[in-house]
Amino acid sequence: MGQKPKALTILDWITGILFITAILGVFFYAPLEAVMGWVQKVFYFHVAAGWTGMLGFLVSAVAGVLYLVKKDPRWDRIGFAGVEIGMVFMLICIITGSIWARPIWNTWWTWDPRLTTATIMELIYAAYLLLRQGVEEPDRRARFGAVYAIIGFISVPLTFLSIRIFRTIHPVVIGSNDPGAAGAFDMTPRMMQVFMFSLVAFSFIFADILWHRIRLGALADHVEQKKIQLQTWGE
Amino acid sequence: MKNSSPSLWKATLAIVWKDLTAELRSRELLTSMLVFALLVILIFNFALELDARARANITAGVLWVTFTFAGTLGLNRSMAVEKDRGCLDGLLLAPVDRAAIYLGKALSNWVFLLIVAGIVLPVYSLLYNTNLFQPGLILVILLASEGYIAVGTLLASMAVQARTRDILLPILLFPVVIPVLVAAVKASSGFLEGLGWVDVSTWVNLLIVYDVIFTAVSFMVFDFVVEE
Repeated sequence: MGQKPKALTILDWITGILFITAILGVFFYAPLEAVMGWVQKVFYFHVAAGWTGMLGFLVSAVAGVLYLVKKDPRWDRIGFAGVEIGMVFMLICIITGSIWARPIWNTWWTWDPRLTTATIMELIYAAYLLLRQGVEEPDRRARFGAVYAIIGFISVPLTFLSIRIFRTIHPVVIGSNDPGAAGAFDMTPRMMQVFMFSLVAFSFIFADILWHRIRLGALADHVEQKKIQLQTWGE
Repeated sequence: MKNSSPSLWKATLAIVWKDLTAELRSRELLTSMLVFALLVILIFNFALELDARARANITAGVLWVTFTFAGTLGLNRSMAVEKDRGCLDGLLLAPVDRAAIYLGKALSNWVFLLIVAGIVLPVYSLLYNTNLFQPGLILVILLASEGYIAVGTLLASMAVQARTRDILLPILLFPVVIPVLVAAVKASSGFLEGLGWVDVSTWVNLLIVYDVIFTAVSFMVFDFVVEE
């Protein structure tokens, strides 16, 4: 306990370099989109942030299952870290999306399935944090967190499906392209390269922050234990 | 050892019986759920100006908001009673499968919600001069309330063990049951407008899928919520 692992420092550096390269790629390598212009640049980090957010929630659900099976507090720390990181990146995704939607859809917000699902996800994981806050006993807190992370994650696709049956105007850039979607565009090879690179860069950012957050959680638990030891000494 | 403990089904029925008998004697839960449900409808009446034209579109929405709110009240109460009087510990000590506790509580909660729905429907029909007794709507109420109660019972048994219990349940439950509410509102208004099965079947199927998934998952993880 204590010393920062060397591998983490190396990961910090790689992540930093990748992120700076991604920014440079977005602004100088990727061509300007013909119709939308500069605001389309938001797309690269918008999708990457959404991807990272989903990754965080997936990690929390998987860690939840593993915690319930193994009862190892490490899985609880990983699940908690996944939720916190997921929430931050999902929020980035929603905000960047709004910035793009204002000029393209002429509104900050619509009740489209993706937008609605992202918001409901933020609410689910806000509830997760409130649940954890309301339970003091660490073991019970971990069990409840794991159960809720599983339930919450399973409900997300159903929420998406239920709202999807309404009409959507959100563009699907990857895979099939619905001509009815407003603001859709075809990616040039250079755009595709920058996009893929952003995804990789954000995945590294995710791994790096996750590692830091897990380490912080472990240190916090350590401090907690020391405090309890001190109290028992005092008596 | 297995032989001495009652079967899952028997234990479940015993818990349902206990809840129903207790309710029959105190009438605490059903009365408060019912009064609350009627108050919600009353508030909607003034908040939305439920005139004849507006009503046609929003009856389904008003009904489901009413059931959702009254349902949380009932779920919270039904679990808080167990927790406060130490009944939950007693139940956990009983030599039965813990799954029976979940099934029993869920079934009795479901019965209570259905009773409330069974009273709200005629009252609403009477007050607003419509007929809500349509087989389609009743099917939707059965399916949607099952999914709602399946998750709700699990989350309520977590919420009562937390410090912030009374305010926690709706916060935990509402974002997770949104698919049920969307599907239930859509299917109900479809049936009330007299649309054919083809237009409504998607929503009914979604309700069935939700019920199956969430009943199964809640049933599996309930053990972890009550274990000490």
